[in-house]
Amino acid sequence: MRNIIAIPLFALAVILQSTIVSQFSLLAGYADLILVMLAAWALQKGVTTAFQWAFLASIMVGAISHMPWMVTLIGYIGVVLLAILLQQRVWQAPLLAMFTVTFLGTLFMHLLSYLYLRFSGDPLPLGDSLGLITLPSLLLNLLISIPIYGLMRDLASWVFPIREEA
Amino acid sequence: MKDLFSRSLQTTIIFLIVGGILALAFGGFFSSASNRFTGGLVSAQYWFAIRYQAIQQFLSAPRDIVSLRASNAELETEISQLQTQVIDLQQRVSQTEILAALVDFSRANPESSYKAASVIGRDPSPFLHYIIINRGSNDGILRGMPVVTNQGLVGRIDAVIADAARVQLITDPAATVNVHLKNANTDAVLLGSVTGDISLDMISQDAAVQSGDLILTSGLGGGYPPDLIVGQVINVRKLDYELFQQATVQSAVDFTRLDIVLVITNFRAVDITPLIPTPAP
Repeated sequence: MRNIIAIPLFALAVILQSTIVSQFSLLAGYADLILVMLAAWALQKGVTTAFQWAFLASIMVGAISHMPWMVTLIGYIGVVLLAILLQQRVWQAPLLAMFTVTFLGTLFMHLLSYLYLRFSGDPLPLGDSLGLITLPSLLLNLLISIPIYGLMRDLASWVFPIREEA
Repeated sequence: MKDLFSRSLQTTIIFLIVGGILALAFGGFFSSASNRFTGGLVSAQYWFAIRYQAIQQFLSAPRDIVSLRASNAELETEISQLQTQVIDLQQRVSQTEILAALVDFSRANPESSYKAASVIGRDPSPFLHYIIINRGSNDGILRGMPVVTNQGLVGRIDAVIADAARVQLITDPAATVNVHLKNANTDAVLLGSVTGDISLDMISQDAAVQSGDLILTSGLGGGYPPDLIVGQVINVRKLDYELFQQATVQSAVDFTRLDIVLVITNFRAVDITPLIPTPAP
């Protein structure tokens, strides 16, 4: 039941992304708060609802973005899958897993966006997209990943409290 | 009777002696002795007064610190309130300046009717150059309406909901605007890019385009009304083996500082897509 927190949480995250985070740009790129939050959430122990959260987040982002929500959904599902895969393999180093998911997830998300826009006819030079958008966004996502991971860990311990063994 | 007389005499003699001494003292005959006496008295009084003041300060000091702290906290609260007020007023002044400029612009262009809107967000994707404004279909905003500021063209409405709308900026990679170069008297196409820079393409090789030339919307294609200021030519690239000239453009609008925009509500964009001939299979 505590998973309902996802609704106000992502609503707030989308508002913050649209109003504040997108203003702090590096070259032409900026951080993706929602992607990093999803990655951090999916990496937490005991979390079983990461896919539902990804679905909810993609609908909310799709409501305000020109990017179709299906593209966002595929991207976020990919991030969650990657996080679950890595959580099972590098569970002893959560921050390393967080950095890896953020890095690969950002690349995957940007690749999807690039391919969609290219196929829909937008002239996007690959060099400019990579150098001026993807790499700066990657750096910013990695920067915010540490505090976001901490916040999501606290949230996960509230949503899924560890039961004491009798 | 004799006793009574002798006591009265004694008292009278004492009074006379004391009176005589006082008279001599006031007359200045005992000045050195009286100075010593009063000096000792003053010194003693000074000693007591200093000690008393020190004790009084010691006893009343804690109460003063508490009251000082309280008044300090009050003053700090007042300062923070005043600072908030100053920020609020500065914001209002800047908004008023923007609105005044927009009112001037609308007065200078009375042929169009405008609806002012605040910019409340940007597209979450860094690949796209869209803004979100706080006016929607409830305010008569429709898809395709041009969006301007007093400086020039911003973009056009891309999607509308009841109380908000999304605006595609002219800097978006997918945005194209048919423009007219006033000095060169030729038409061209304005293109956006991923970096947010805008450029001109499709300029005829015969046209004499120079840096500083003013760029206005041409109205061709029905997407925008004519004669809206777009920007200025920065530099021109002319290669003999290419079909057209290209130019980089300095936009008239600062897209990083968009706070309030005007939507031109009496313009209906024309969709000419069905009229464009498709190549036969």
